[in-house]
Amino acid sequence: MKVMDKNLGLEEVQKLEGHTDRVWNVAWNPAADGVIASCSADKTVRIWEQSSLTRSWTCKLGHRLGSFDGNTCVWENFATDSESVSVLRGHESEVKSVSWNASGSLLATCGRDKSVWIWEIQPEEDDEFDTIAVLTGHSEDVKMVLWHPTMDVLFSCSYDNTIKIWCSEDEDGDYNCVQTLSELNNGHSSTVWSISFNAAGDKMVTCSDDLAVKIWKTDISRMQSGEGYVPWTHVCTLSGFHDRTIYSVHWSRDGVIASGAGDDTIQLFVDSDSDSVDGPSYKLLVKKEKAHEMDVNSVQWAPDKESRLLASASDDKMVKIWKLASEP
Amino acid sequence: MTLGLINANPVVQAKKEGLVRREDQYRDDGVDPLEIYDYVRDIRDPEHPYTLEQLRVVSEESVTVDDKLDRILITFTPTIQHCSMANIIGLCLRAKLKECLQLHYKVDIRVSPGSHADEVSVNKQLNDKERVVAALENPNLRQLVDECIYSDEI
Repeated sequence: MKVMDKNLGLEEVQKLEGHTDRVWNVAWNPAADGVIASCSADKTVRIWEQSSLTRSWTCKLGHRLGSFDGNTCVWENFATDSESVSVLRGHESEVKSVSWNASGSLLATCGRDKSVWIWEIQPEEDDEFDTIAVLTGHSEDVKMVLWHPTMDVLFSCSYDNTIKIWCSEDEDGDYNCVQTLSELNNGHSSTVWSISFNAAGDKMVTCSDDLAVKIWKTDISRMQSGEGYVPWTHVCTLSGFHDRTIYSVHWSRDGVIASGAGDDTIQLFVDSDSDSVDGPSYKLLVKKEKAHEMDVNSVQWAPDKESRLLASASDDKMVKIWKLASEP
Repeated sequence: MTLGLINANPVVQAKKEGLVRREDQYRDDGVDPLEIYDYVRDIRDPEHPYTLEQLRVVSEESVTVDDKLDRILITFTPTIQHCSMANIIGLCLRAKLKECLQLHYKVDIRVSPGSHADEVSVNKQLNDKERVVAALENPNLRQLVDECIYSDEI
């Protein structure tokens, strides 16, 4: 089924009920099929598993955590309940986002204290985490951090309306801000809430309180060939689709961008395949009105290529699973 | 250290009685602006022993309701241009409405245009839900907000 087939729609597969307050975020386990984690203002993280028999999801585990307490916790052996926990202390106020790099050796965190921290796991020291960088550059809360899918380049986005790109270019291994995407270079004009990369890692999508979704690109082969940092440039802006803050965007492995916003909708965009004089452009594939009863805070595609499953989290306390499929 | 208030001499007006409801304009199961105004008019100002209505920080014109989309806009007018209590007043409005309204209503809170020196930054803070949650989890701020919104019960 090609992405460009007509009559594609987002079909609700299941509603996962259980959280007792707004759900901020949802993530698919990259290694275990059909396993989702969700975190909520009810101070718990829930793990939901899909039964191989019935294909429906149930909540397998719920863990209580301190919320907004400035700590990042790393959990192991979750499924067997014999978790050993590392607690990473350092941020002065709540940690908003965490991201592992591709090899799993580095963890990045960010928070309302405007800083981005990079931690390195020390396998020789019983998997302790060492702080290798505290990056201050954003002038306001940092909403999300995300490592590039193939290179150790870190991206962060903020209440200060910018996206910053950090990498380590010298032998000291020190991380520095190598580029800032702001309103001056076609960037957003209000808080940037989320970032996502396409599978190839040569394009990035961002979304904002300014009601726009923006696509950016870089010449990835030049960068991978060791030429040093290659800047990202703006490709196109999608506006007029959402009429309230867009909280989350996620790019699927087969090229569909999902967005979730304060207008309660989930929208899907794809490359329009028709390059105009101004360059490539994107178009709306599906608009799901009233996907939730309240703001959609997070949208995440399942990591495999075939299932076309999308998970969403909302202020209405629900996690929902959707499938992108041809409508009858 | 002086104990002077930021605005020591606010202008105070009487509470308006008997505001007439315009029944026809809004759906029965929805909210109308006057109902929302009733929720917020008696919130006490964080600095002075008067209500937001008495200080003309809010008035019945402050509230706009989009009946079809269930969206509400409240604009408020701080008593002076450099009022550092603007954020607190905004938080009080949010906290009060969160209790009184059904959860699905979308509420935008802004200072009335031209009424505050940091208008853009105040508006941005009051409409960032993560910032609002963080502020209301701060015990000192929460206590101050509670004193303002529950003042008629003290």
